[in-house]
Amino acid sequence: MSPTPDTWRRPPMISNPWLRYGLVVAVILYVVWAFSTLPIDWQQMSEGVTRAQRIFSGAFPPSFERSNLLISGFLESIRIAILATVGGVFLSIPIAFMAAKNLSPLPIYLLGRGIIIVARSFHPVIVAIIFVKAVGFGPLAGVLTLIVYSVGFVAKMLAERIEEIDWGQVEAMRAVGAGYLSTVFYGVFPQIMPRQIGLSIYQLDSNLRASAVVGIVGAGGIGSTLANAFGRYDYDFALAITLVIVGAILLSEAISGQIRKRIW
Amino acid sequence: MLKISKLVKRYGKGDPVLKDLDLEVHSESIVAIIGASGAGKSTLLRCINRLVEPTSGTIELNGIDLTALRGRELRAARRRIGMIFQSFNLVDRLTVMENVQSGRLGYIPLWRAVARRYPKEDIRKAYELMERVGIAHYANKRADALSGGERQRVGVVRALMQNPEILLADEPTASLDPKTSAQIMELLRSLSRELSLPVLINIHNVAEAKAYSDRIVGMRYGRIIFDAEPAALDQRAMDEIYAGIPAEERGEAGDAAALQVQPA
Repeated sequence: MSPTPDTWRRPPMISNPWLRYGLVVAVILYVVWAFSTLPIDWQQMSEGVTRAQRIFSGAFPPSFERSNLLISGFLESIRIAILATVGGVFLSIPIAFMAAKNLSPLPIYLLGRGIIIVARSFHPVIVAIIFVKAVGFGPLAGVLTLIVYSVGFVAKMLAERIEEIDWGQVEAMRAVGAGYLSTVFYGVFPQIMPRQIGLSIYQLDSNLRASAVVGIVGAGGIGSTLANAFGRYDYDFALAITLVIVGAILLSEAISGQIRKRIW
Repeated sequence: MLKISKLVKRYGKGDPVLKDLDLEVHSESIVAIIGASGAGKSTLLRCINRLVEPTSGTIELNGIDLTALRGRELRAARRRIGMIFQSFNLVDRLTVMENVQSGRLGYIPLWRAVARRYPKEDIRKAYELMERVGIAHYANKRADALSGGERQRVGVVRALMQNPEILLADEPTASLDPKTSAQIMELLRSLSRELSLPVLINIHNVAEAKAYSDRIVGMRYGRIIFDAEPAALDQRAMDEIYAGIPAEERGEAGDAAALQVQPA
């Protein structure tokens, strides 16, 4: 009989040694190859450094001279974010119910999931470019873009919450003879309410950030003001806008974090 | 009167869970259904209010065949059947009053339910019943703030709010401590007498079944193999119902103490 072993090693995650070391080597080789074949023009880069220097020296000190433009752009961004959040969240609720496997028959479920997948598959900037083409420059394109963006996120997270509900509460409502909507209002909504509120606040915060980005491609708000400032080489004004955006996002994150912490 | 004949329930292609089951329950009696886990007790109760769809057979409640009903008619039939659950199945985030009023969801229009504008007579009735079971002072508390025994009382009141013609109780005391469990059984029995309601109780605790019921039905593998007054449940019958399970696992030894707390 052999003595009791006194050494132990954790079994490797990939037990086949050939596969294990082969994967490591393959990843290293690919990274080296990808980097070596990347077209890097050192000449262009050194020119870029002087260009960057020009931009930065032009940006300091930031100029708040046209602050009325800044404020109106910002108020427009807030308007876009709020409208998009309200619209997006309202649309998300029915879509989330459709996309919850435990509440919907299969065809409805697939439709709901399909809507969410489409809404999630494009970055808001791409959606914004499409909407700017469709409805023209301005805040309407921004609102529509962020509604799509909100649906993609809120409906998905809410559908997952609905799939986790305690089914006993729903069963009890069915047992008393409640109709579909009464069952939803008594058996489902109370269970998903905290998540619903948390998601809405998070989405408002997220839409405010995204509204600055989609504005750059022409969907209105502070992003458009920023893009215009860059276009006119007003780097000092652009820096002022950037600073205000950063400040506003910090503020909104702090507020929404506090609210979400206190919701129960 | 409840009359079940030739009831069959089969999940998928497997062996049926209920096999040609016949059962009649007359008014004002407490029928305890005992049997090992998997005997089909829960399925039987859920077939009666159609939370589970029977495969074949008929279930008549006071002359109406429940198995033939669909949609609105089914919901109207369900509200005449009160159900009490093992894990209470209260809507945790709603108040006790809202939970109690949810028993009326089959009767009141959706807007009343959503706006919490309950009819005056329903509110009066709720207070009377809550007073009767000793939870009236909890009306504005959230259901998840109550203890197990208190929650099951809410569950009982919710079922009574339906104006039921029969009560189904699926292991109503299995989540409760012995003392509370005896109180709930006592409550069910006295309510059955007061309201002349037939009550069907699935129960694991044979000692409680003997102490509180008028009739004991023993199930094994989807069939009724024992049906008589509690006194007739002797050792031989027990061994047949729980074939292969030693007596101590039935909870007979442990629950003798529980019964002494509140003698039947």
